[in-house]
Amino acid sequence: MDLQTLTYIFVFGTFGLYFAIAWWARASSTSEFYVAGKGVHPILNGMATGADWMSAASFISMAGLIAFLGYGGSVFLMGWTGGYVLLAMLLAPYLRKHGKFTVPEFIGDRYYSQTARIVAVVCLIIASLTYVIGQMKGIGVAFGRFLEVDYAIGLFIGMGVVWVYAVLGGMKGITYTQIAQYCVMIFAYTVPAVFISLQLTGSPFPQIGLGSKMVGTDMYLLDKLDLIVTDLGFKEYTTAKLGSMLNMFAYTMSLMIGTAGLPHVIMRFFTVPSVKAARSSAGWALVFIALLYTVAPAVGAMARLNLHHTIEPAPGENLVYAERPQWFKNWEKTGLLKFEDKNGDGKIQYVADKEKNEMVKVDRDIMVLANPEIANLPNWVIALVAAGGLAAALSTAAGLLLAISSSISHDLMKGVFVKGISERGELLASRIVMTLSILLAGYLGLNPPGFAAGTVALAFGLAAASIFPALMMGIFSKNIGSKAAVAGMVAGMGITLLYVFQHHGIMFIKGTEFMMGMPKNWFLGIDPKAFGVVGAIVNFAVAYAVSKVTGPAPDHIQRMVENFRVPAGAGAAADH
Amino acid sequence: MSPNNSYWRANLRLMAFCLTIWFLVSFVCGILLVDVLNQYRLGGYKLGFWFAQQGSIYVFVVLIFFYAWRMNAIDRKYNVHED
Repeated sequence: MDLQTLTYIFVFGTFGLYFAIAWWARASSTSEFYVAGKGVHPILNGMATGADWMSAASFISMAGLIAFLGYGGSVFLMGWTGGYVLLAMLLAPYLRKHGKFTVPEFIGDRYYSQTARIVAVVCLIIASLTYVIGQMKGIGVAFGRFLEVDYAIGLFIGMGVVWVYAVLGGMKGITYTQIAQYCVMIFAYTVPAVFISLQLTGSPFPQIGLGSKMVGTDMYLLDKLDLIVTDLGFKEYTTAKLGSMLNMFAYTMSLMIGTAGLPHVIMRFFTVPSVKAARSSAGWALVFIALLYTVAPAVGAMARLNLHHTIEPAPGENLVYAERPQWFKNWEKTGLLKFEDKNGDGKIQYVADKEKNEMVKVDRDIMVLANPEIANLPNWVIALVAAGGLAAALSTAAGLLLAISSSISHDLMKGVFVKGISERGELLASRIVMTLSILLAGYLGLNPPGFAAGTVALAFGLAAASIFPALMMGIFSKNIGSKAAVAGMVAGMGITLLYVFQHHGIMFIKGTEFMMGMPKNWFLGIDPKAFGVVGAIVNFAVAYAVSKVTGPAPDHIQRMVENFRVPAGAGAAADH
Repeated sequence: MSPNNSYWRANLRLMAFCLTIWFLVSFVCGILLVDVLNQYRLGGYKLGFWFAQQGSIYVFVVLIFFYAWRMNAIDRKYNVHED
């Protein structure tokens, strides 16, 4: 069967599956809509969390980033997994014990303040909305490349699919669909990796293959890769750092606390039946995430090796451009791969030296998508990768949309503006808000604002600098009152935005950068993307200082803190 | 001291132990001491590189389950477990 037909079968087959699950798991109460009735088994919740967490960026971009950054790409691997350790120990069990529906609701209760709750809603909406634009773009691109439909039509199909199961099922529908999406995604990611690992090293486990010898030689794969890339003038693969050591440290820490502070991840732990389940569910989530994250470095390194090997099979014997393989031509058409014959010899030179390099564009994102084609894998594997990429983007988009709509319908409407709203009214309102969020996300996906590229980094920075410290202090200190918390959040968020906007322009608008004569990364050589940890430190420091003046939280709040620190007495699970 | 207080202290001790390991495998072995550890090997992996791209993730998974397991025991010991 040809690739096109196979891809249609895989993609629409999986969509059909998601719809069937959504119909079976439709929500009938606000508890089901927001937190799936708090009855999801920890292992299943872990799987859903994995799908929720692993976005189009994890599935498509991460291995490509690692392929070109080498060791420096480790910041993403450690940062996006280590956050779950923090989540499991510092946040999830206590937030679950408190037993509410949303993250801003917890912040509002703990800091006995509508202002704190509204500040949290604002952080949440900015962080989630910027994140969801990326997913919408991912959906459009995946449809465009694999089904050769227009970007806009691809986007509309994606919006329609999310609408059906997110609006119908709320958290309950989303959770069970995400479980299916996780299975599709992990299968699609590992199958090509296993094939390629077998081809190169003879090991079916990519994690072991990466540390093994190349088939038929006595040379380790990573040593070979180091040799090839340094010969071409690139930095050595296994030691290339991302900026300074301090920058890597700050980057990793920012991603970790950002991960632990992202509301759409935290709220997944409201769906499990008990505190005990919240702890183990974080472990299961990381198991399912680690399955992909430990394969990704192998995918990256092997893709880099295959790419260089295709272009220069043996030193000096460069590929003749006229004889380039089909996948090369396909990706040239998309503009993500560009060749320019600078020395006019008709052959391809791919080297680090900008003057001599003829591969003028090699987009990092094509590494995962083109990998099966580069390795000559069968068509069904390529079709599978398309379905997997869509599953990754759809599952994350749905989780984010729920975070946005619940914070508006539950925190702003029921919590602040329309306090008397009935449960039926709230359920209807959350469905309407969800629909509007999908339309807005679709609009932003169609007309990406100029700042779209830098936005995911901004989401992590905000979560790290505002939400994570507020939650952590709320649990671990009884001294932080509402004024201290609000001052801390505003200061942490403010300083992070300032540093990012200083480098990339106000709201990422070109020409509005204001470095004021300071060199790039002036603060200790730290990249703006790695600045969240500095914002978090500022948040902690300001909150501590203000609490010295305002004094500890009132007695009833101190009792509330004591209550959510112990598991006994958590709300019983709702059966479904 | 109330029983809840000693429960909380036991939790903090366990947490400090787990987070120390969390910090060691990622920030120390994977970043700060990476050049030193890279002198040693684990198969084809340089050891520091392995910690950064594989080892730290495996340890994270084990740590969470270890914490969950020990906390369940502590919950029962101080009689604050769920029914």
